[in-house]
Amino acid sequence: MHEHDVVVVGAGGAGLRAAIAAQEAGADVAMVSKLHPVRSHTGAAEGGINAALRDADSWQDHAYDTMKGSDYLGDAPAVEALCQESPEEVIRLEHWGMPFSREDDGRVSQRPFGGLSFPRTTYAGAETGHQMLHTMYEQVVKRGITVYDEWHVMDLAVTDEDDPAERTCHGVVAYDIQSGEVSGFRAENGVILATGGMGQVFDHTTNAVANTGDGVAMAYRAGVPMEDMEFIQFHPTTLPSTGVLISEGVRGEGGILYNEDGERFMFEHGYANNDGELASRDVVSRAELTEVNEGRGIEDEYVHLDMRHLGEERILDRLENILHLAEDFEGADGLTEPMPVKPGQHYAMGGIETNEHGETAIDGLYAAGECACASVHGANRLGGNALPELIVFGKRAGRHAAGEEMGEAEIETGRSGDWQPADYEFGVEVGEAGGSGPAAADGGAVATDAESVVGAAVDRAQERVEELLSRDGRNHAEIRSKVQETMTANVNVFREEGRLEETLADLREAREAYKDVAVSDPSRTFNTDLIHTIETRNILDIAEALTMGALAREEFRGAHWRKEHQERKDEDWLKHTLISWNDGEPELWYKPVVLEGENKTYEPKSRSY
Amino acid sequence: MSTQIPKQTEESTETESEAAEPASKGEERRAEKRRRAAERREQRQEEEAEKAAADESTVELKVFRYDPQVEGKQEPRFDTFHVPFTKGMTVLDALMYARDTYDSSLTFRHSCRQAVCGSDAMFVNGGQKLACKTQISEMEEPVRVEPLPHAEVTKDLVVDMEHFYDQMEAVEPYFQTNEFPDGELEEQRQDRENREKIKMSTRCIWCGACMSSCNIAAGDNEYLGPAAINKAYRFAMDEREGEEIKQKRLEIIEQEHGVWRCQTQFSCTEVCPKDIPLTEHIQELKREAVKNNLKFW
Repeated sequence: MHEHDVVVVGAGGAGLRAAIAAQEAGADVAMVSKLHPVRSHTGAAEGGINAALRDADSWQDHAYDTMKGSDYLGDAPAVEALCQESPEEVIRLEHWGMPFSREDDGRVSQRPFGGLSFPRTTYAGAETGHQMLHTMYEQVVKRGITVYDEWHVMDLAVTDEDDPAERTCHGVVAYDIQSGEVSGFRAENGVILATGGMGQVFDHTTNAVANTGDGVAMAYRAGVPMEDMEFIQFHPTTLPSTGVLISEGVRGEGGILYNEDGERFMFEHGYANNDGELASRDVVSRAELTEVNEGRGIEDEYVHLDMRHLGEERILDRLENILHLAEDFEGADGLTEPMPVKPGQHYAMGGIETNEHGETAIDGLYAAGECACASVHGANRLGGNALPELIVFGKRAGRHAAGEEMGEAEIETGRSGDWQPADYEFGVEVGEAGGSGPAAADGGAVATDAESVVGAAVDRAQERVEELLSRDGRNHAEIRSKVQETMTANVNVFREEGRLEETLADLREAREAYKDVAVSDPSRTFNTDLIHTIETRNILDIAEALTMGALAREEFRGAHWRKEHQERKDEDWLKHTLISWNDGEPELWYKPVVLEGENKTYEPKSRSY
Repeated sequence: MSTQIPKQTEESTETESEAAEPASKGEERRAEKRRRAAERREQRQEEEAEKAAADESTVELKVFRYDPQVEGKQEPRFDTFHVPFTKGMTVLDALMYARDTYDSSLTFRHSCRQAVCGSDAMFVNGGQKLACKTQISEMEEPVRVEPLPHAEVTKDLVVDMEHFYDQMEAVEPYFQTNEFPDGELEEQRQDRENREKIKMSTRCIWCGACMSSCNIAAGDNEYLGPAAINKAYRFAMDEREGEEIKQKRLEIIEQEHGVWRCQTQFSCTEVCPKDIPLTEHIQELKREAVKNNLKFW
């Protein structure tokens, strides 16, 4: 068994920052990741990092923009922490050598982004995430932090009290992809989940193949609720054939969207009369699909994003990477023709419920970054707010886990505060499909000391591996692609009740099919068949919770659009959706959003751009 | 065959047979299952091959297979897959299709699908390429896919990257400076020209294609290699670090297995999927090193 003070699961932006912070606070840290750190999907982020760095800007303005962008489902204490601390974190990255784009006076450049009242998106060309990821990994190398790369974390080692709030996380169990060995990792102080996105729940996504929501699903099965899972960001500009992202930076620099008739539809069809292409992402995605649905799309599928008028010099200086992506993945030359784009799954606003220190309802278990939900983004994330979330909340979780005193959190987790059960009947059975499936805290041997808790988790995981390798059954790939298809067809930008129910039924079938899943590659060496099979279970749990949340939320807020409910209903719905696994019988409940900030309350206003 | 076959093949066979002796029930079950799976796979592949051969819009892939642990794969071989062609299909798309449809044990690294994670550098039709940004339509058929040469093969298309990572980490690959601005919220200044100077070098995605293509690295295991030297370049040329640190950096790259090993064959530059002018960077460091040494005479 490996022993460390703090174990960080995932080695992208949030994980790296958490590990550095925990180590600086004196902890012995280990990072465990199914990919080598530089392979993490933070590297694909393009646009930039929002930070109020300049005299004419303020963190208060950034917070206001973020609350408005969230459609008033962000929690003010988390949003304010993000906006207050982003500037110092960005400067820290600069001091770590990150190669930001520069102004004539040698200071870091900032550009306009959707939904922002000041051009505060700090960037490094159109490859900000790549530069940030590598800069932080360099710091991890410098500090000699232990990294277990290509170790797939299978489960958490959590005690099994009936009430999840009384449970404690003592570590994780991981599978060494190289050797096939299953090992326990005991974490003396805490486990930090930083496993990133879950885009593989959908089939048209900007996310990596590795983004299967492992951390969210693990925490869920251990008893931590998933929060606001129905809020999925569909990015308005992805390449139609692959889902590769074309940065919002293109529109930030002045790129224009046209329909088949050559109309600048954001203005000409009145979707956003003030901000046009730079309206919030949910607004632009719906506008594009409306154009397509009304017959004004190109090839009935996409619209055009034109940046030719920016001129070659400016494009090469600030958006060069976009030219390569459009050329390599769509065969389009952005210098001489408009680029085809359509909305694609991009980001999960929801995730593991945490407070503003990254703590979950389970003692010793933290989450940060895209897998977490503090909530900073509420019902819709603003472009340029994901990267600062990684560094601000990665740092906070790392410090707290290492034992630094950070004061009482304002945001409550679990059912500790003012919560209410949901009153919604799902027509279809949800939850565990009897028999199969690993569950971290589903009874079993009563283990009390930390060592035995980790040991028991290792035994369970080992058994699971043996079972999958030795039995006959069906391959996971077919199940996974069915889930992706039904989610993309019915739980996309536009959502209607009947089709959401259809998907819930499809997911039921997929869960039943998964009971018979088996791995046909018998090898102990680099068995990706086994890893993908385990991931598919996580995809199932997440897809179901997401669809449940979407069905029950009968309003239109941020990225969540409902055909039958065309308005934001503040009286009933200024609250977060929570879904607890409840040992296999998912339970839906709600808790109020926190709109009270440090010095002000963010009163919900109508959201127009 | 251009791919180096790892020497450990025989050893692994031994460990396998040793482990098989005290055969537990689980082991027996697995062995039985392995046999059945292999049979099924063969049958399926034959059927699919027949079907696909009759269809013109398919692509033929010949993929290197090797697994030190699995019977029938311990001797490296090539498997043929016929994959239905779709417009815009990349080598990675074709491999994923083959894995998800015909043989789930087909193993390769991949993640982002957009040439930034650097996981899927492979040897495609005799050249180092990123599978995700290589269009099938631009490749001659059959498309031959092998693991990166000059690296130990772990399994199928997966190679051991440890040596590559060790070299990357041997050049103190992190920013160092002796002076920061006074204000806590103040950035270091860097002029546009200097940022432009290091820009290409910061694009490296650690895919290992350059190292694999380099004859010198193949012959001298301690040679830092193009990617690590490029990483050193990225810092040595960054004016924010200051002169003193630059001295130290030049000493590192001037070591016995450093820049002077490079014989400017340009193979690294040719294969780099991010178009980094690696050879130029190495040459520039040589010049800097010479200038620097003259200064101290």
